[in-house]
Amino acid sequence: MRHIVSILLENQTGALSRVVGLFSQRGYNIETITAAPTEDPSITRITITLFGDGRTIEKITKQLHKLINVIKVSILNEDNTDGAVEREILFVKLQAVNQDVREEIKFICDIFGAEIVDITPVLVTVQFVNTSQEVDRFQKAIAEHSEVIETVRSGVCGIARGDHSLHV
Amino acid sequence: MVMLNGAQIVVRTLEDLGVTQMFGYPGATVIDIYDELYNSKQIVHHLARHEQGAVHMADGFARATGKVGCAIVTSGPGATNTVTAIATAYGDSIPLVVITGQVATSLIGSDAFQEVDTVGITRPVVKHSFLCKKPEDIQVNIQKAFYIASTGRKGPVVVDIPKNCQNPQVLVEYKENLDIKMRSYNPTVFGHKGQVRRAVKLISEAKKPVLIYGGGVVQGEAAPELLKLAHHFKLPVTSTLMGLSGFPGTDPQNLGMVGMHGTYEANEAMHNSDLVVAIAVRFDDRVTNNAKKFCPNAKLIHVDVDPASISKCVHADLPIVGDCKAVLKQLNEAVEEANLEPNPQIDAWWDEINTYRAKNSLAYQKSQDKIMPQQVIEAVYKATQGQAIVTTDVGQHQMFTAQFYKFDTPRQFITSGGLGTMGFGFPAACGAKVAFPDRDVICFTGDGSFQMNMQELSTCKQYHIPVKIFILDNHTLGMVRQWQSLFYHQRYSQTDLTFNPDFEKLADAFGHKALKVSDPAKLDEVVQQALSMKDDLVIVDVLVDTDAKVFPMQKVGGSMADMILKEEDA
Repeated sequence: MRHIVSILLENQTGALSRVVGLFSQRGYNIETITAAPTEDPSITRITITLFGDGRTIEKITKQLHKLINVIKVSILNEDNTDGAVEREILFVKLQAVNQDVREEIKFICDIFGAEIVDITPVLVTVQFVNTSQEVDRFQKAIAEHSEVIETVRSGVCGIARGDHSLHV
Repeated sequence: MVMLNGAQIVVRTLEDLGVTQMFGYPGATVIDIYDELYNSKQIVHHLARHEQGAVHMADGFARATGKVGCAIVTSGPGATNTVTAIATAYGDSIPLVVITGQVATSLIGSDAFQEVDTVGITRPVVKHSFLCKKPEDIQVNIQKAFYIASTGRKGPVVVDIPKNCQNPQVLVEYKENLDIKMRSYNPTVFGHKGQVRRAVKLISEAKKPVLIYGGGVVQGEAAPELLKLAHHFKLPVTSTLMGLSGFPGTDPQNLGMVGMHGTYEANEAMHNSDLVVAIAVRFDDRVTNNAKKFCPNAKLIHVDVDPASISKCVHADLPIVGDCKAVLKQLNEAVEEANLEPNPQIDAWWDEINTYRAKNSLAYQKSQDKIMPQQVIEAVYKATQGQAIVTTDVGQHQMFTAQFYKFDTPRQFITSGGLGTMGFGFPAACGAKVAFPDRDVICFTGDGSFQMNMQELSTCKQYHIPVKIFILDNHTLGMVRQWQSLFYHQRYSQTDLTFNPDFEKLADAFGHKALKVSDPAKLDEVVQQALSMKDDLVIVDVLVDTDAKVFPMQKVGGSMADMILKEEDA
């Protein structure tokens, strides 16, 4: 099962490498990872998505807690919660020399709610924000109509729904 | 306001933390600190001959005293040489602070002379580490390092201090009574009350309970509380390698060590139990054997200060997170409150256990012309009346020591269990002897292990550290040879140590004494003689049978009860 792990940690040199190091050291695979400071600049929030059964996730959570820099850990999509809102940003640079292709790209973007953020005589750059699953679909759809020159995905960032909150 | 430079702050902080003994090796990036140490009236520094030795000494000091061990080394190779020793302390959760010099902050990342990413290279083997970026960081980081090292599940902490932060010209404030707070680090001390009540109820109801405890009992000073619980419920008690000395070795309820080379009675009792009470153990594979076949009929109560150790290897039915001394106290109080008595069927369980004991699984065949390694341990046990501080290296001699020396008081037994570091025993003995100059400190080692850190003979001469080194000399890497003999068709690939140095001459070259014995009839006499040379470091080269093997031995992939008791069964 896919899990979204949110971690609050001290914004100190090397803190991120301890988290990442723990995953490789213990043989867990990270699917996506994002990190940025929170409203309190001394705290960084990391969001990691990964696949694993309940036992594995429990072990990872415990190991993360053990890191001295880690303040809090939360599994956003745990059974006893209201679930989570999650988003990922995709930028994709597409070959768009002729008019037909440009119209096709515009058409698909409109259907998915994606935005064209940059344009040159030969290229179109599209931004799409949605769940990872939806980003996958969009990527597939757009690739059928234009040649993909470059793709960048942000990795998942998520927050719990309802009254749950993760703060110090 | 006290204004000091960075180097002075290092020394002052250590002094205020109560450090009296340090071990280390100087170099370019710690020369300012060494210059300040030269002034210290409180801290005695021991110059090791290799940084690994220095950190093992600090480790031995910590294990013998319970205090935080402290070592200091230079950057680059000085720091990399400590990695094995830091990992050794990490493997056994030993409180240690290692101060490493680092190149100036302006040079970090430039591949400067003797630069290495110390924090990076040690990251997987430390509890935590700090890189100081400015002189103001030094005091708070060292204080935090000591706090982290000595609380919760203990462990080594590295403090990396760049050279420019130690600059004698730059003065910063030294804060007396600096209080350190860490919002991200609050180890649990007391166990959950409901879980404690449920635990004592389970223990009182169990028909076939076993108590297994580990190194946490020794490091957590929980021996008296453990003894009380065990005696009240008449529990059969077994120990992991790291636990030895946490429960009296001569207590009638002691079944001896558990696991790979544990006693028949300990492993059988575990396997056939209906309740395992585990105190501060982490269920390493050397204890459980095949974890899937672990204690099939037992419920497991697992007390540990580290939540990550609970249900990591085997599932705990009743987990209690907390400091084992505090939780054992809570358990004993809960027993009194509820007025609980042991299940009357415990006597039948003891009858069963006594049939296991009757196997006499540690028995071995003596010989007229060869000394058996077990005999050496027994002879030293007798001659020291079981009172010595004993360190070991890693291999057959380590297992024989665990099996045959009965440790009655905590911190008497010092060994590298988790990492299994050959070369640990001798420097660790030095650290213990520095802590307790008036006690007998014995290092049982092998001819292989001893050669991994024997350079410290020089340190012992310089600082007068008269430990007694018993080399169980079988001219081979005994434990590997045992496996080659039993499972690899006697193909003794690279385990031959015929070309050992002459250990007597070696001792002589370093200015120490040596004795050699190969005749079983003379063993006791030589042991006595060595121990009577109180002021000398003595190497006793004991030539032992090359083919002696450690039994019992669990079968790989089997349950705890799948044991080979003698060579013919292998």
